[in-house]
Amino acid sequence: MADKVLMKGNEAMAEAAIMAGCRHYLGYPITPQTEIAAYMSKRMPKVGGTFLQAESEISAINMVIGVAAAGKRAMTSSSSPGISLKGEGLSYLAGCDLPAFVVNVQRGGPGLGGIQPSQADYFQATRGTSHGDYHMIVLAPNSVQEMVNLTFQGFDMADKYRMTVMLLADGTMGQMMEPVSLDMGEVKSYDKPWAVTGTNCEREHNIVNSLFLKPELLEQKNFERFERYAYIEENEAMYEEYLMDDTEVCIVAYGISARIAKNAIDAARAKGIKVGMFRPITLWPFPKKEIRAIADRVNSFISVELSMGQLIEDVKLYTECTKPVYLCNRTGGMIMTPEEVLAKIEEAVGGNK
Amino acid sequence: MAVVFEKPKALTDATLHYCPGCTHGIIHRLVAEVLDELGVQGKTVGIASVGCSVMSYDYFDVDMVQAAHGRAPAVATGVKRANPENIVFTYQGDGDLAAIGTAETVHSAARGENITIIFVNNAIYGMTGGQMAPTTLPGQVTQTSPYGRDTNTVGFPLKVCELLSNVDGATYLERVAVNNVKNVKAAKKAIKKAFTYQTEGKGFTLIEVLSTCPTNWGLTPPNALKWLEENMIPYYPLGVYKDKYAEEETK
Amino acid sequence: MTTNMLIAGFGGQGILFTGKFLAYEGLLEGREVSWLPSYGPEMRGGTANCSVILSDTPVGSPIVSNPDTLLVMNLPSLDKYEDATQAGGKIFVDSALIGRKVNRTDVEAFYIPATKLASDEGLTGLANMILLGFVIKHTNVIPFENIERALTKVVPASKQHLIESNRKALELGYNYEG
Repeated sequence: MADKVLMKGNEAMAEAAIMAGCRHYLGYPITPQTEIAAYMSKRMPKVGGTFLQAESEISAINMVIGVAAAGKRAMTSSSSPGISLKGEGLSYLAGCDLPAFVVNVQRGGPGLGGIQPSQADYFQATRGTSHGDYHMIVLAPNSVQEMVNLTFQGFDMADKYRMTVMLLADGTMGQMMEPVSLDMGEVKSYDKPWAVTGTNCEREHNIVNSLFLKPELLEQKNFERFERYAYIEENEAMYEEYLMDDTEVCIVAYGISARIAKNAIDAARAKGIKVGMFRPITLWPFPKKEIRAIADRVNSFISVELSMGQLIEDVKLYTECTKPVYLCNRTGGMIMTPEEVLAKIEEAVGGNK
Repeated sequence: MAVVFEKPKALTDATLHYCPGCTHGIIHRLVAEVLDELGVQGKTVGIASVGCSVMSYDYFDVDMVQAAHGRAPAVATGVKRANPENIVFTYQGDGDLAAIGTAETVHSAARGENITIIFVNNAIYGMTGGQMAPTTLPGQVTQTSPYGRDTNTVGFPLKVCELLSNVDGATYLERVAVNNVKNVKAAKKAIKKAFTYQTEGKGFTLIEVLSTCPTNWGLTPPNALKWLEENMIPYYPLGVYKDKYAEEETK
Repeated sequence: MTTNMLIAGFGGQGILFTGKFLAYEGLLEGREVSWLPSYGPEMRGGTANCSVILSDTPVGSPIVSNPDTLLVMNLPSLDKYEDATQAGGKIFVDSALIGRKVNRTDVEAFYIPATKLASDEGLTGLANMILLGFVIKHTNVIPFENIERALTKVVPASKQHLIESNRKALELGYNYEG
């Protein structure tokens, strides 16, 4: 316990990025993630790194592209409307097979929306951040400690698979303080023979590029990328189960929603209701085999989420609609109470009869 | 046999795809000659933009990144900040730099990024087939200004060197042209000065090169060179718009 | 044992600091803790609140919507959170700033003119800590003897000279016999 400190999610996550060897933070202010930029502006100069406040989200993500192309670990962070602006760059990162670490501390939308916590960017993160056939690895922490652990791990995954890893948090995760251990271990380094560091006139020139005008070549590139994605889906899916041994009703939730659902599950268990939770930690790749297996032994699912029903689509997809899926949701920055979740659990139990 | 003419080392053997009479080839060569002469080919990273010169990544024999439309100065910023010992340049057209990438251009200058921008201004969008550019001259006919650029409805061209000369962060700005031998020589001198400044850590340098687009202007190559001289140079006067170090020397 | 505390008042009253102090003491005791502030424009002069949970078991939701312990330092906060307080819970009121009494009869209400005491005793700006000392006296949220070590942790290194005045404020509240 002695090594634990009390830190805000945003700040702890920023420190974890530095521990992961990130020395380039390129960002633009937006609530509720500005602590990350503020923290980085203080810390980066002290560790010989670069903090740069860009003129726009678009410029920031393109600076990330530049740093990543040069072979260094780079990150940017933003909140929902800002992530939309970064969309173009995220597609280029994918097309160029560059590693990057991007944080989205989600707020309510659409449009300028609000600044309170939300999970309405699930589709954006797992499907449609921008144009083209591609994925990002999407990590969804539900505690300050996980903000830290997944950040450290995320930088490694980005380098390992040469792709963008997005930490999908929300205003609550970013703003809350919890005890956290920053004991992260060794940073693994990866050879980057593709990086643009100058040929030294000793090798062929490297080209970091996403333009392939010959369709047969572009198709091949996409096939290769999706082979890598298939490997990741097979090997990198992460999840946590809570009281799932005998459960009849399975809640599916991530991030802050999973924390709230946990209170509701404890209250339901006290009433003798057999309810548990399946919490995906990677939203892409979604732990689909695991949830499909669960569908064979529970009566129903409840998707608990801060959006109008986005996660629920994956629950239905990966359980192949074999069991009813209920939705317990709030949106626009409103957060459900454990009592609302409990009421939905009771409804699901009733529906099971 | 004595070699009297050879290709710069900083160009690959790839055949350029540019239209006959297009001056991109000259500008590529000038940049490559300068990289050779400064002995920096091995540590140079170029940023290709979107437009006719998108495939310059195949032509420059240096490490290259292809950037999204308008974002080359931001990508260059990232590359340079990651490895400050590299020589970093962008190669951008007028649509890329002065329309969609205006913010990136102005702010990389404002930050005084130690990079060099080669800005090729031919007053038209070439790759997409000849649409009006931010630098299209008043009255100039293009695919999207079929009655001539009407400044009452679509406004005036952006004069990039003049604009950036008010930005404190910019170090060296010069406008050159490649329409005749004399101007080509002056252009090379300017490009060399820009890269030299970068090797000396002097900050943001931009060379605007007035260039031709015979295909989309609908002119023969010789007539295009003439059109450049008679129409572009009067609107976009050649010369040094800012040189912090020359100013210091004269003080 | 779990304490679900909500601390509410105006921005600038040290609401968030009060919560942070408690959370740090909880951490030092090896307990599970969470601290969650309201955030956004209201932090700059409007209403501010924070949820603090100290528990012997892992904390689920960090959001305290039904506090068992409510600290209020302005009237809008009492109006807003009085009804949300758990039956049998405790409400602590800065009576120097809030003219009315707690209406609920199924909760315990405690009153201390913290802001007045602060200005009387030359502890301006520390009404929050006076109120907290009073809370510690009437709950078992943290042991009073541990305040010093938590203060050392939570007061920034550059402001260690403020530890003494914070300790005084906590003592003043703790010893208040209203």
